[in-house]
Amino acid sequence: MQVTIRSLLTACLVFSVLLIAGTDASAAAKKVQKKKTAEVCVVDPRGEILALSCASCHGTDGKSVGIIPSFYGKSPEYLEAALKDFKSGTRYSTVMIRHAKGYTDEEIRLIAEYFGTVWQNNK
Amino acid sequence: MNHNISRRDFNKLLVSGVAGSALGIFGMAKPAFAAQTRIVVIGGGFGGASAAKYLRKLDPSLSVTLIEPKATFYTCPFSNWVLGGMKTMEDIGQTYALLRSKYGVNVIADTATGIDSVKSTVTLKSGKVINYDRLVVSPGIDFKYGAIEGYSESVANSSMPHAYEAGPQTILLQKQLLAMKDGGRVLICPPGNPFRCPPGPYERASLIAHYLKEKKPKSRILILDAKDKFSKQGLFKKGWDKLYPGMIEWRSSATGGKITKVDAASKSVTTDFGVEKGDVINFIPPQQAGKIAFDAGLTDASGWCPVNPITFESTIHPGIHVIGDAVIAGAMPKSGFAASSQGKVVAASIIRLCQGKVPAPPSLVNTCYSLIGPGYGVSVAGVYKLTSAGIVEIPGSGGLTPMDADDDHLNEEAMFARGWYNNIVQDIWG
Ligand SMILES: Cc1cc2nc3c(=O)[nH]c(=O)nc-3n(C[C@H](O)[C@H](O)[C@H](O)COP(=O)(O)OP(=O)(O)OC[C@H]3O[C@@H](n4cnc5c(N)ncnc54)[C@H](O)[C@@H]3O)c2cc1C
Repeated sequence: MQVTIRSLLTACLVFSVLLIAGTDASAAAKKVQKKKTAEVCVVDPRGEILALSCASCHGTDGKSVGIIPSFYGKSPEYLEAALKDFKSGTRYSTVMIRHAKGYTDEEIRLIAEYFGTVWQNNK
Repeated sequence: MNHNISRRDFNKLLVSGVAGSALGIFGMAKPAFAAQTRIVVIGGGFGGASAAKYLRKLDPSLSVTLIEPKATFYTCPFSNWVLGGMKTMEDIGQTYALLRSKYGVNVIADTATGIDSVKSTVTLKSGKVINYDRLVVSPGIDFKYGAIEGYSESVANSSMPHAYEAGPQTILLQKQLLAMKDGGRVLICPPGNPFRCPPGPYERASLIAHYLKEKKPKSRILILDAKDKFSKQGLFKKGWDKLYPGMIEWRSSATGGKITKVDAASKSVTTDFGVEKGDVINFIPPQQAGKIAFDAGLTDASGWCPVNPITFESTIHPGIHVIGDAVIAGAMPKSGFAASSQGKVVAASIIRLCQGKVPAPPSLVNTCYSLIGPGYGVSVAGVYKLTSAGIVEIPGSGGLTPMDADDDHLNEEAMFARGWYNNIVQDIWG
């Protein structure tokens, strides 16, 4: 069982590497990795997987209908800084501190990039 | 900026091919000129409705069909609040109108009665047969009615409601609580692990206590547990001492909590230590994966469904993905939040697989809020990733509300519990 999961992980890893290798220099320079096709906006698949869970508390695309903060329309920079502040504990929160600690800085950047740009596609 | 990797390159890279086939990349026998890719989802609860919505949201070119017999889905989350008199059944009813109109999901009001994994078809109760390219199964749980002497489905439906599927069961339990005299005794009998919503029975005890304290203050609650410890135990006990002193007693399995027999006629249960009577008995039976998962051969000896943890594709039947309570998902609890998180991972993975690309490694999250009183909330959070040991919680992340949290903190968590509910139902059905 362990061997299978390890090989699965390897498969994902190999592909992540290929995805990065396959992107151009500007993307490597930490630009948003997306391209417009006819309708669908292709986003970084890793960022997408990381970001989608957030909507369960913050609403689809970060558009909250209740008391939990909405972050629809916020910039990637704002979101990245906020998440890093939760992670370090400099910004108080009842539950975000516990969540933010589950992500590396790189993952936080990807999440911020996803929500910081997804609203632009809805325009 | 080409993210496409040809199958040839992928094959060359993974000489063994084990990972590729396990990821289901080669399972898609679909010619390039095929019409719309057809994804069928069984079950419109937390897992299935999330998957259906996000499949269409992330890739509008897909044809997505959702099979769900209920016109209104009553959520288990907040059903304890109904028992506490803080919400109505109407407040917790969700419908499929927006999945249809806003997201273009083809919702069929029917029950899946069979899955043919070789022909890739689903048969419905109406007799209709539907073809799929990939199938998502999120049927929730089934109850083991035969597990305890004296218990049966008809006992559950007439005198001892489990209220572990929201709807008529919730209403029956609420009616019994409303009819109970002041000074009455409520028995709550939670099952052993694993079961749906580990903190559920204890939030229920809290909110029933809230109701009783206001309306029938001489009443008592006895929890007879099949376990020796339970979710958020320290936080619950602290909250009970503060809000409902002397009202709730919890007995562990080892100290007389384990039930061996129930008797509907005499309104009593038998434990290793003797017989306990209750004016209201909320017996919550042991559980297993939803029936269709059994019928389709998706379960293993544990009664739950083994899956590939990246794509949630069944390790028994390729092309069929299982999510939600029915699945074996490592460290993740059986919660609505977890089911929804898995629904999104499955949506993103299926889209990648259909494009002949490798899915991103999964990232999964859970947060379970429990209300101990209207202004007293606690939570458990978890962020999960895949390692060689399966789906594990990321060390240093997640965890419980601190034991020394002050009143403001607890009040904020209670408000966030409401905020969470409003957003998750909108994120799934809205
Ligand atoms: C009292 C209580 C409180 C809870 N509170 C919380 C909470 O606060 N937070 C939280 O995250 N979770 C909570 N949960 C847990 C949550 O309800 C479940 O984990 C969640 O519903 C699981 O989602 P699912 O998709 O697996 O199953 P479900 O949501 O049960 O959905 C399954 C659906 O499949 C349908 N179905 C079944 N078989 C078929 C078939 N053959 N054909 C077609 N359709 C079919 C059913 O009609 C149903 O609608 C609570 C549970 C309880 C009991």
